[in-house]
Amino acid sequence: MTENGKPKLAMYWASSCGGCEISVLNIHEHILKVDEVFDIAFFPCIADFKVKDVESYPDGYIDVCLFNGAIRNSENEEMAHLLRKKSKVLVAFGSCAYEGSIPALSNLTTKPATLDTVYFDNPSIDNPDRVLPQISSQVPEGNLTLPEFYNTVKSLDQVVDVDYYLPGCPPEPEQIWAVLQVVVGALTEGQPLPPAGAVVGAGTTALCDECTREKREKTIERFYRPYEIQPDPDQCLLEQGIVCLGIATRSGCGALCPSVGMGCRGCYGPPEGVYDQGAKMLSAIASVLDVGDESMEEAELESLIQDAVATIADPSGTFYRFSMAHSILRRVKNGKGAA
Amino acid sequence: MSDQFEPVIVGFLCNWCSYRAADLAGTARIKYAPNLRILRVMCSGRVDPQFVLQALLNGADGVLIAGCHPGECHYVNGNIKTLRRFTLLRKTLEQWGIEPERVQLLWASASEGTVLAAAVDRMTEQIRDLGPLRWSQKVLNGNGAAHPVAEEA
Amino acid sequence: MERITIDPITRLEGHGKIEIFLNDEGNVENAYLQIPELRGFEQFSVGRPAEEMPRITNRICGVCPEAHHMAATKALDALFDVEPSSVVKKLRELFYSSFYVTDHTVHFYALGGPDFVLGPDANPAERNILGVIHKVGVDIGVQVIECRKRNHEVIKMLGGRGVHPVAGLPGGWSKSLSEEERDLVREYAEKNVDFALFSLKLFDDLVLGNQAYVDLILSDTFTHETYYMGTVDDKNQINFYDGLIRVTGPDGKELVKYPAKDYAQHIAERVEPWSYLKFPYLKDVGWKGFVDGPDSGVYCATPLSRLNAADGMATPKAQEHYERFYETLGSKKIDGRYSPVHHRLATHWARLVELLYAAERMLELAQDPEITDPNVRPVVTNTPTEGIGSVEAPRGTLTHHYKTDENGILTDVNLIVGTTNNYAPIAMSIKKAAEGLIKNGEVNQGLLNQVEMAFRNYDPCMSCATHSLPGQMPLEVTIKDKDGRLIKSISQFLG
Repeated sequence: MTENGKPKLAMYWASSCGGCEISVLNIHEHILKVDEVFDIAFFPCIADFKVKDVESYPDGYIDVCLFNGAIRNSENEEMAHLLRKKSKVLVAFGSCAYEGSIPALSNLTTKPATLDTVYFDNPSIDNPDRVLPQISSQVPEGNLTLPEFYNTVKSLDQVVDVDYYLPGCPPEPEQIWAVLQVVVGALTEGQPLPPAGAVVGAGTTALCDECTREKREKTIERFYRPYEIQPDPDQCLLEQGIVCLGIATRSGCGALCPSVGMGCRGCYGPPEGVYDQGAKMLSAIASVLDVGDESMEEAELESLIQDAVATIADPSGTFYRFSMAHSILRRVKNGKGAA
Repeated sequence: MSDQFEPVIVGFLCNWCSYRAADLAGTARIKYAPNLRILRVMCSGRVDPQFVLQALLNGADGVLIAGCHPGECHYVNGNIKTLRRFTLLRKTLEQWGIEPERVQLLWASASEGTVLAAAVDRMTEQIRDLGPLRWSQKVLNGNGAAHPVAEEA
Repeated sequence: MERITIDPITRLEGHGKIEIFLNDEGNVENAYLQIPELRGFEQFSVGRPAEEMPRITNRICGVCPEAHHMAATKALDALFDVEPSSVVKKLRELFYSSFYVTDHTVHFYALGGPDFVLGPDANPAERNILGVIHKVGVDIGVQVIECRKRNHEVIKMLGGRGVHPVAGLPGGWSKSLSEEERDLVREYAEKNVDFALFSLKLFDDLVLGNQAYVDLILSDTFTHETYYMGTVDDKNQINFYDGLIRVTGPDGKELVKYPAKDYAQHIAERVEPWSYLKFPYLKDVGWKGFVDGPDSGVYCATPLSRLNAADGMATPKAQEHYERFYETLGSKKIDGRYSPVHHRLATHWARLVELLYAAERMLELAQDPEITDPNVRPVVTNTPTEGIGSVEAPRGTLTHHYKTDENGILTDVNLIVGTTNNYAPIAMSIKKAAEGLIKNGEVNQGLLNQVEMAFRNYDPCMSCATHSLPGQMPLEVTIKDKDGRLIKSISQFLG
């Protein structure tokens, strides 16, 4: 064991992209403070600890583990259990670990369809023998193993108990640094930590609070695809008919996407008090769709509303872009691509 | 008792129209399929899509939302919002593999006990033909930890 | 057969494990690099609106999301059949050049560099960015942090966010550059050029000035002769944003040059049951196994490949360093172009030449009078059908292929990702390094790290472009006096 007794930090990636690691790096010079306070115990991105090192640690040896990435396969799940055991505090870091994020879009399709597209049915494949990756395969020298690819992507809290959630895809560096300062304060000065289960590094209200665009009356008659119009740079995007999930997304990022003319896609997760972000967004967007009124005939009303709803392309994949693993129904029943 | 599949249908009926229609069906002793489990809401506009999804997760084979005819809503236009929400929900559920017959919207005024009864009969048979949904068991394979909000029945 | 497992491989981005099999003599019989991950973007993107792809595919890699964002945006141009205006192309390339500067910087200083700057046999606990700083001075560390900081500021300014940009649109870009912003970007580009020149000088002093490292670079253990791929402009000079894809052979002759839309005529992918990642190869040559040579369809796509596939660099300082690179490594001119360099460790140097080019190109574009034109977001009305877009990701040629219905909803997606191009050569490099380093059953941490070094020069896709914390390993040091009595024992992570 190290003799200096510094708290131990781990950062692990499950089914992720590495963006969370880069975002940690984007705290820039503050990383030197992190280095001063912590020893690294496991961080495959930048340090050479192996799995067997982690297995050799006593339980609770790691003070804080930042676990990013969704649970896509058996290796991800095994590492989640291992790191839960070896860590005092386990943080679901980033959107994948929190609610599935982009990898969980796979829950809108199926494992057989995925394997088919990747290994059999695409323009550049050369696989006449229909070889598929196997959990166990024989080569002349011995046996090789791979993890099992699950049918359904899960969030971290669907396999182990999670102490905190740090949302964002990735979490913004200013928020990461703010949370790390709280952790450092707790470890070095005994300052209190937030209650277990809390969402940290973000606000509690909707993104609209942070967005500087002007909001007037939401009376939308139809939606436009982002390339179909040139939106006014100062007015609320949703009011102009550009789908923006800010109304059902937690604040904390600074409304970055709307500030460059692109609608929010919800990567900071649902606001406080909401569980199923996609369903909430569905409800919110339908509420501001100002089409038809009580004076119309039923048939005319239905037809007008159908036409307006038809201008929303891909409701599931848009409203649930980051939150499929935390949706109530979790995955689709069947079908290739859920078109 | 037959071994026939008996669909479980959860119904959200609005206080002012469709719930009164159900009451009327009762007092008039109209026979109709017993498969509807009724929840009374003040307005069909109260029905959050999460309620529908929760019902389907917790074992419902179908969900019926019933409200006043357009123009007759006690709150003027609550049911218009229901229609908008329902239309978008239907489109979304299609992507999830949930057949349109499983989630339906009905307008029934307080005097339309027979309309409600006939709709329930019709919906019951449609879902009987489709078969049980049993989302947790068949789609999720009993898989994954339950979340406090989305606990399985 | 005895086996050694390295799990996980570290100091790269992503997941991998290496299985090395030793025969009875204790020599390497075979080595396998297995990639245990798959997410299935090509399948779950189906059903999504095509214009969302720049924001969905950037999540393939959080280290190079800008590359996926750009390839996706170009695929949208083709899909909707819209030709981006001159200012849109320049703005995108400006953004892209800034990204190249930060990405290549981090790889050199934090990932590949430590093995070189400190030496492959250095103490593993020091073989990281901090060790580099101790050796060359803390000012350098601050410069690396400052370089990342200013370029991520540009990425955020133009792309909306520092990681996972959002501005790409068919035929356009959602954010234009103001005059004030342009002045700042120009200032940053100038600093980037200085920093690139400084990094090349550092490489010169610390690596080329050290005969042991030069021997390592030139050694056969880390050398392979394969085909090389890169994107070139109409003068056959490297361009990261756009051009034709050119492949040259181990002998330096051009094999083929094609537009991105013809990729499937030239590239095919094989599947092995022991890995989730596929193995691309050149159809024009054919698959002959994991072997070198002109008859083998194995190719690579790295900074080294790009320099080999091109005839030169499009900016003056980078061109000087390009010539110096080839002259120093003993390359001869044949038919007016340099014969290829096959020493894979030289990729680290090639990466710095590219760093300089990216910085110079960024400066050129920042000074372009057109770059502040506010009209960058056209309205698109064409009906989409099919589109293919490609760019040079830092880790290799990146191709996105989309088909949609008439509403622009995706029906088919195919992706050939940067590092995927390199899977076969990486596997071969690891095996050759293992064979060369592990003999008679003698294995230790240092040797295993050198086996890992064989892949690090490729900066594998999932590259760990991070850094500044000490790598640690199980270590025990005992200090004894001249009579052999124990004075002190220090250990870490042994228990």
